[in-house]
Amino acid sequence: MNEKQAVKKEPFLRLSRRDDLPFLKSCGIRLIAVLLALVLCGILLFFLTKENAFSVYRTMLYGALGSSRKIWVTVRETMFLLGVAVALTPAFKMKFWNIGAEGQMLAGAIATSAVMIYGANLPAPVLMICMIGASILAGLVWGFGPAVCKAKWNTNETLFTLMMNYIAIQFASFFSVFWEAVKGSGTIGVINKRSKAGWLPTDFLSGIFGRYNFAIITLIVLALLIFVHVYMKYSKQGFEISVVGESTNTARYAGMKVKKVIVRTMLLSSALAGLMGFLIVSGSSHTVSTTTGGSRGFTAIIVAWLANFNPVVMLIISFFLCVLGQGASQIATDYNLNESASDVVCGIVLFFILACELFARYRVIVRGRKEDAE
Amino acid sequence: METKCAIELKGITKRFGKVVANKNVSLSLKNGEILSILGENGSGKTTLMNMLSGIYFPDEGEIIVNGQEACIRSPFDAFQLGIGMIHQHFKLVDVFTAEQNIIMGLPGKNRLDMKAISAEIQTLIEKYGFEMDTRKKIYEMSVSEKQTVEIMKVLYRGAKILILDEPTAVLTPQETEKLFSVLRRMKEDGKAIIIITHKLHEVLDISDRVAVLRKGEYIGCVDTKDADELSLTEMMVGKKVELDIERPKPKNVKTRIKVEHLTCTDQYGVKMLDDVSFDIKSGEILGIAGIAGSGQKELLEAIAGLHAAKDESRITYYTDEKEEVNLIEMNPLEMKKHQVSIAFVPEDRLGMGLVGNMDMIDNMMLRSYRNGKSFFADRKKPALLAEKVKDELEVVTPGIKTAVRKMSGGNVQKVLVGREIADNPQVLMTAYAVRGLDINTSYAIYHLLTRQKEQGAAVVYVGEDLDVLLSMCDRILVLCGGCISDILPGEEATKEQVGYLMTHKGGAGR
Repeated sequence: MNEKQAVKKEPFLRLSRRDDLPFLKSCGIRLIAVLLALVLCGILLFFLTKENAFSVYRTMLYGALGSSRKIWVTVRETMFLLGVAVALTPAFKMKFWNIGAEGQMLAGAIATSAVMIYGANLPAPVLMICMIGASILAGLVWGFGPAVCKAKWNTNETLFTLMMNYIAIQFASFFSVFWEAVKGSGTIGVINKRSKAGWLPTDFLSGIFGRYNFAIITLIVLALLIFVHVYMKYSKQGFEISVVGESTNTARYAGMKVKKVIVRTMLLSSALAGLMGFLIVSGSSHTVSTTTGGSRGFTAIIVAWLANFNPVVMLIISFFLCVLGQGASQIATDYNLNESASDVVCGIVLFFILACELFARYRVIVRGRKEDAE
Repeated sequence: METKCAIELKGITKRFGKVVANKNVSLSLKNGEILSILGENGSGKTTLMNMLSGIYFPDEGEIIVNGQEACIRSPFDAFQLGIGMIHQHFKLVDVFTAEQNIIMGLPGKNRLDMKAISAEIQTLIEKYGFEMDTRKKIYEMSVSEKQTVEIMKVLYRGAKILILDEPTAVLTPQETEKLFSVLRRMKEDGKAIIIITHKLHEVLDISDRVAVLRKGEYIGCVDTKDADELSLTEMMVGKKVELDIERPKPKNVKTRIKVEHLTCTDQYGVKMLDDVSFDIKSGEILGIAGIAGSGQKELLEAIAGLHAAKDESRITYYTDEKEEVNLIEMNPLEMKKHQVSIAFVPEDRLGMGLVGNMDMIDNMMLRSYRNGKSFFADRKKPALLAEKVKDELEVVTPGIKTAVRKMSGGNVQKVLVGREIADNPQVLMTAYAVRGLDINTSYAIYHLLTRQKEQGAAVVYVGEDLDVLLSMCDRILVLCGGCISDILPGEEATKEQVGYLMTHKGGAGR
């Protein structure tokens, strides 16, 4: 035993857990993170585009919010992302790690498309109801397996829901060929292009929202947001979900039927994700492909977590991410960069936001400095 | 024997956010001495020891080991300085033998010479008088054997300073005695030992000096020979405490629950309870004694409807209207519907009885959230109840909206017990109701249980402190390996008798 080996030095950096951080300070930390990310992106974009970073950012802002139409597109994207995050909330509160929202959403999208294709001649309201019903049902089917297996045999829901994503993607690529518009093209093309049957109108209350708007989608998603928030916070079932999430033993002790709660909650979550598939197809893309989900099922996980399920914060984060995404694709086209450039920008910003959580939760103490009590 | 200081602490302070866990603590430990550290829960004993073993790093102050200032940044540093800690929760690999666990993680040659290692371990065993089969696998061992392996692990690594965190909490009186004789031998060998324990008589029995902490501050150090239980308690609590438990004569005793041929298995099919039959009577306290894991948990959970029982089992509940309700195959919800009123304070407070991340209101709701037909839950009545519990049981918390997890162990238990007795239950079952609680709170709980008994409730008290069992309970049921060894009248039973029954199946030779 060599006692001299124990170096007589304090560790260079150490972490100490923070108490509840004052609201302003926690906002400040996150703001600094975003600014730092934007500076880094600016430097990177300077080298890629040889343009001054500020004008690049101006282009980004223009791309996201430059005209009424662009604003509505950004709002639409925000609502899609927010909607999936809302769908995930009940499952995640129960600590049921549903990372299959992508697949549930895609299943809903496929089902919606099927109804649109085969039911194009139905009266409009009936068609709409059928599409909504089909999308919810498809979401339920995708969520049912993981839910029941988790409840009955305590299987790992993460793997199961993830695998279900790939099944949905395979189905999407099958139907892309099965329903292809032009033989050999492998894409479906816009469904009901002429009749616009099953399309959500984009001129809803055009007097208020303008001639081209996505007000219906916005209203539906905001309604879902409020519904899920109230359900989780004030209902008996919402209370059961939180208890099961914290401890199944406590739930049993309180007389709850744990299996029932698990299945019910996961079905709710996947049904909502399926419904988002309907909104995407009927409200925006009017077609389905393997990329219809657009990774929202995964990005929404970040949204829900960062916001800690707070509905207002979820809305803000979704909006921010979508402004970023829309802006980044604008610079990609304006400066002849390929799509990956916008991915890089979004990735850098996300990385900084996630990393700053460490500083929000812990205080870093540098060697030799006295820890000042706050 | 040299008596230079093995460890000296000077002005140690450790904060966690706003909470000061240790404030300017200074104390010393000599070689060849056993020092007890005494303090109520949350007084900072474990934090202090964790700083010695490299788990935490002090914010202020210095640690001097063998006369040299030391900086312990990790458990590895601590081990380099010859400090070994035996934690409350064992860190062993179940499928390995004792030997394998002992040498695990040590540097060495590529080829293991198990023979030489076995011989080395054997000399250690003989030197300190352990009783141990080193070839035995951990999962075959009793708690006390596992603890022995942990101790040998640190000894084999050459530790000269041993820290034991509540080592006797899981042992029977007989096992404790064995541990103490080993510790005495180590002391003779010149090792410095720190022992953390709640049990005053053990402190008086084993240690040379006692250091007392209160609310993170160092109160003082006394030689054990000059101390007694009362003076130590006074130092610990800061005021005089009445250490008496009253046992009023049971009134209106009648059978409330009849348990017949209760047999339970765990999830792997191992029998945890074997053909257990007894009565729970209103107006008295039934104590249940036994080594940890003798079936106490399964027994209470089976009655509460949380553990499945085998076919031949019968648990009958007699309501006030002389109705008989069979509790087997019933969950807590169905019991409530059948006018069965059982309150249950489980052993695992935050894992079963309460939700740590929820506040007091939501935790009160756990029992009552279903009331009413509304889709939405009522939070008004639970909030009133939370206020009432907080006032009546003197729960220390910033408010009823603070997460229960942030409270100290004693206050958590008060919240749980408060909720369970709120409805004036006819049966109150408690498992290790005072585990980890300080003396003040413990006595508050004993008084609460006695008051429930006087109000006519049937109280079941699963406990580990035999002194308390003997002075509070009217009858004591002793479990051993899932069987009832015997049921003794509380007034006549002796500690030796109960201790013997705890380790002898069937209670032969009573």
